[in-house]
Amino acid sequence: MANGADTKVKAPVEEIEPFEAAQEIEGGDVILIDTREPHEYQEAHLENGKLVPPGLLGDEIATAAPDKSARTIIYCRSGNRSYKAAEQMERLGYTDVASMAGGILAWQEQGLPVVSASGMTAEQRDRYSRHTLLPEVGVDGQLKMLNAKVLLIGAGGLGAPTALYLAAAGIGTLGLVDDDVVDASNLQRQVIHNTERIGVPKTESARLTIEALNPDVDVIEHRIRLNAENILGIIEDYDVIVDGADNFPTRYLLNDASVRLRKPVVSASILSFDGQISTFVPFEGPCYRCLYPTPPPPELAPSCSTNGVLGVMAGTMGLLQANEVLKLVLGIGEPLIGRLLLFEALSTRFTELKVRRDPECPICGPDAPQIPESEMGQFPDYDLFCAG
Amino acid sequence: MATVRIPPVLRPQTGGQPEIEAVGSNVGEVLRALTTDHPATAEQLFGEDGDLNRYVNVYLNDEDVRVLDGLETGVKDGDTVVILPAMAGG
Repeated sequence: MANGADTKVKAPVEEIEPFEAAQEIEGGDVILIDTREPHEYQEAHLENGKLVPPGLLGDEIATAAPDKSARTIIYCRSGNRSYKAAEQMERLGYTDVASMAGGILAWQEQGLPVVSASGMTAEQRDRYSRHTLLPEVGVDGQLKMLNAKVLLIGAGGLGAPTALYLAAAGIGTLGLVDDDVVDASNLQRQVIHNTERIGVPKTESARLTIEALNPDVDVIEHRIRLNAENILGIIEDYDVIVDGADNFPTRYLLNDASVRLRKPVVSASILSFDGQISTFVPFEGPCYRCLYPTPPPPELAPSCSTNGVLGVMAGTMGLLQANEVLKLVLGIGEPLIGRLLLFEALSTRFTELKVRRDPECPICGPDAPQIPESEMGQFPDYDLFCAG
Repeated sequence: MATVRIPPVLRPQTGGQPEIEAVGSNVGEVLRALTTDHPATAEQLFGEDGDLNRYVNVYLNDEDVRVLDGLETGVKDGDTVVILPAMAGG
């Protein structure tokens, strides 16, 4: 009796055909595990298949499939490695595991769909391999980034580091709005420019740096200052907007236009040793005016050119902006919606504050008047409004 | 006793101090204690009507006092009052 459990003949691993697996997967509630090597996974895998290489199964399976009683289908290239992996999982206590017979080869022979890296060139598969290895990104996510259009307002203290990292990440289209030229005093923080480019328009300098960094990125230069007449036409072509403007009129103008066109805005601001950042997704969370209904008077709103700014702090905030953009593009993680993050460089302290939608917000509140098509593009005089 | 966190733009009015301890049973009393000790902060925090200026955000810990009871919001020992103006630097 005492040895009963040990003497019981172990049942063989359940094997299912690809068409059966496809039916189960379509029905939902199935954990799908791909037990091959990362380079094989990158070439092609089943949608939602989670990569757990055979050598790492003992360490990683609990993360990929935390519920040991959940229905789990495991596959590999031809069905051998997945069979052994399924046996190992059963020894670990998994109770409902099936190995897919014939693996992904049989699956593809039957014309069933895979997520393949075919949308990327060999160079791109290499360049973005550290992204595509991340289950949260993968080939699908990298293709989303390559197809994304992101507009940066300002190619300065915030825009420079944001643009560099978004370009490196493979955001396919980067729009840059700035009407300034590179000045020597910019170079302590605006790392996308360099000494040889002093006097060159910032959008052009940024484009040259980005093109050298990543030829996949299409840079669109908007060498202008945003105003009520041009803003809608510029932002309508983009998926995500990054606000690194250096003045209040542009920040309020951008907010009102982006709410109207329902464009998400990642908004940061910097001064001295301090930075703030939040992500405004219209009607999903608050807007900039919910947070700041009225701009402060000039004596409470000094600029970096009068008060100074720590270059490293600008870089920190710029990269937090890039992080927000990537999450919005990929649809992963928790963007800073309804949250304002403060960074104090001197104390190295982060503080998070709640930001609520203002029921009386004149721009995104429930009573905000629906502005008719004929009045699109008509904005109040922001310069006057902010001066007052 | 609450801790009031002073934003960079107000620090010239507090002798450069980033944090100040202040006594008060509600947010209004805490801020008034601050303006008593550092009178130059008063006109930037409060309008002529005695209300907070619209362009100054005040948080009790992590919540905007506008969604609590405003200046009447109760303050306990150890609470933090954050004064936060908008910044436009880029």
